Amino acid sequence: MDKAQRIEEISATHGTGQDKLLPILHDVNREFGCIDPEAERIVAAALNLTRAEVHGVVSFYHDFRSEPDPRPEVQICRAEACKARGVEQMMQGANEAAGERVRLKPVYCLGLCATGPNARVGDQLHSRLDEASLKQLIERS
Amino acid sequence: MSTLVRISDDSLAKACGAEELVCAFEKVGCTVERRSSWGMAWLEPLVEIDGVGFGPATTEDVAAILDGTNDKSIGPIVKHPFIAAQQRLTFARAGKTDPLSLNDYEASGGWAGLARAQEIGGEQIIEEVIQSGLRGRGGAGFPAGIKWRTVAEAQGAPKFIVCNADEGDSGTFADRMLMEGDPFALIEGMAIAGLAIGAKKGFVYLRSEYPDAIAKMEKAIDLTKAKISPFEIELRIGAGSYVCGEETSLLNSLEGKRGEVRAKPPLPAIEGLFGKPTVVNNVLTLAAVSHILVKGGAALYDSLGSGRSKGTMPIQLAGNIKHGGLFEAPFGITLRQLVYDVGGGTASGRPVKAVQVGGPLGAYIHPDQFDIPFDYEAYAAADSLTGHGGVVVFDDTVDMGAMARFAFEFCTVESCGKCTPCRIGSVRGVEIVDRIRAGGREPDRLELAPQMHNTTKEHRDQAQQIQLLDDLCEVLRDGSLCALGGFTPYPVLSAIKHWPEDFGIEAAEGANGL
Repeated sequence: MDKAQRIEEISATHGTGQDKLLPILHDVNREFGCIDPEAERIVAAALNLTRAEVHGVVSFYHDFRSEPDPRPEVQICRAEACKARGVEQMMQGANEAAGERVRLKPVYCLGLCATGPNARVGDQLHSRLDEASLKQLIERS
Repeated sequence: MSTLVRISDDSLAKACGAEELVCAFEKVGCTVERRSSWGMAWLEPLVEIDGVGFGPATTEDVAAILDGTNDKSIGPIVKHPFIAAQQRLTFARAGKTDPLSLNDYEASGGWAGLARAQEIGGEQIIEEVIQSGLRGRGGAGFPAGIKWRTVAEAQGAPKFIVCNADEGDSGTFADRMLMEGDPFALIEGMAIAGLAIGAKKGFVYLRSEYPDAIAKMEKAIDLTKAKISPFEIELRIGAGSYVCGEETSLLNSLEGKRGEVRAKPPLPAIEGLFGKPTVVNNVLTLAAVSHILVKGGAALYDSLGSGRSKGTMPIQLAGNIKHGGLFEAPFGITLRQLVYDVGGGTASGRPVKAVQVGGPLGAYIHPDQFDIPFDYEAYAAADSLTGHGGVVVFDDTVDMGAMARFAFEFCTVESCGKCTPCRIGSVRGVEIVDRIRAGGREPDRLELAPQMHNTTKEHRDQAQQIQLLDDLCEVLRDGSLCALGGFTPYPVLSAIKHWPEDFGIEAAEGANGL
C-alpha cells in the first residue's frame, strides 16, 4: 500500500467531521514522522476541509512536524521546576552530547516536577537526571 | 508463601527506576503488586512490605530490604509525617489501590456517589455541589455548581461535559497522578456531571506529554463503559500546546481547529463545544464531585477550608524542595508550613530564595510573604494566584532576572497569536527585560537617521526601561483575551519588585510603583 492510500485509510478509520482532525494528524505524524504537504492534501480531502485549514492546524501544534527528521529525539523539560533543579546548567553538556546526531527538543513540563530534571525518549520518561546520566541518555538514543 | 511487595506504577516512580526494581523483586521470588503512588516523590520508587515503606529504593537494596538490614526504612507509611499531616479526599485512594482494579475501587467506596446521584436526580445534584462550596480547581476558582446550573438551564442540545486534563503548568502533577492512580474517580465524577446537566457525552482532553496517563485512561474508560452507560466518554489527546489548557482554546482544539482562544462572552456554559452548552471542568474538580455526592459529602466539604475557599486542595510541592510530592490539605495552610514544615526546605540545602505558586503565570513569592494562607482570595489580594496548586521552590542560586525573561519567552513560544498584547507584547517584554539588565540602551541606527525627527537621540536609562516594562505589563494584563497574556506580568513584576538586584537595579532606585 502506498503512502497516499495508507493516509486515506487512517482518515477513514476515524470517520468524518472536522473534530477528527487531531486524532488523524496524530496517527499520520506517528506513522510517517511528519505531516507533509501531500499528507495535508489527503487529510483535507477526507474531511472536506481546505488544505489551508489543515496546514493551519499542523503548524499550530508543537507535536506535529511538516518535514521528516529521522534523527532520534530527546525531549528535555526546560520549565520552571526543572530550572529550579538545575537543568539549564546541564544544557551545554547535553548539546555537546547530542551534536548533529540527536535532536534535542525543549518541552514545558512532563509532570515529574519534584524529581527533575526530566527527559522523555519515546514513551519512556527519565527523572532525577544529572549531567552524566543525561549525556548517557542522549548518547544511547 | 512469597513476600508480597507493593510498588507504584505511577510514571514518576517508573521514571525513577520502579520497573527495574519490580524485576529484581520478582527474580528473588517475591510477588509484586502495583499500586498508585502515595505521592511522596522524593521516596520513589517506594517499596511497601506489610505497610512499611523503603525508599528511594534501587535494585541494590533488594536483598537488604528483604532481610531487614536496609536503612532506607521509613517505618509504617500511613504514620509518616508527610502522610499523617494530610487530609485526603480526592486522593483518598493514593497508594492503597490498584489503579485499574474495579474491585479495589468499589471496595474503597467507589460508585457510591454515582449511585446516589442517580437516586436524587439532576437538580438535587447541582444543589449539593453548590452547597459543598466546590470551586474550579483549574485555577480560576469559579463555583462548580453555579457553572453546572447555568449549563443545565441553557437552551440547546446536546450538552457536553469536557474534562480539562491539559495540565501544562510547570510544577503541577495532581491531574496526572489522579488519572494514573485513580482514573475511575474522574470517570465517576464526569458521569455525575452528565446526570446533573443532562449530557450523554463527555470528552477528556489529555495532554500528549503524559503517555502513562493516556494509557491508563484508555483502559479505564474501556472498563467502565457499561457502568456509566448511557453516558459515554471519549479520550482526546492534545498536541503539545500549552494554551490549550485555556478552556476556549481547548474547545477549539477538540473541534479540530487551531487552539486559539475565543473571546468571552459567550461563555462555554452557553455556547461551548460545537456551539452547545458545555461544562468545562478540571480533572480535580470532577474527581472531587464523586466524593462530594456521597451521603454527607457536601457538608463535610463545606466544613473544611477557609473563607470562601472550601474543601481540600491537592497541593503539589515541586522544584528544589527536599520533600516534594502531593500534599492534600484543607485551604488555609500557609506557604511557610508547606515549604519548611512539610517540604523540609530546599533539596540543595541552600536557603529558599523564591517560590512560584500557580504555574508559569503565578507570581514569585518572597520568603517575607510566606505567611499568606493558601486561599483563592488571599492570593488574589497579594497580586498572585493559587492556580492549579503547584508550588515551585527555588534556592538562592536562581537568577530572578533570568526567570522574568523566561516568563516572557515562554509566552512568546506558547501564545496562540489571537490577540496582540500577548503575541507581540511578549516579544517586546523579552527585549525590555534584556535592556533593563543591560542598564538601558543606546539609540539604534534607525533612530539616529536624520529623517527620524521625533526619535530620541540620547541614551535611554534603566529607569525609563522599567517604566516601559510597567506600561507593557499593564497592556498585557488588561488587554489580553486569556490568562496567558493576562497573567504573564505576575511573575515578571513580582521578580523585579522583590529582587531588583537580579536585574542590576540599584536598591535606592528600586522598582517604584511596581
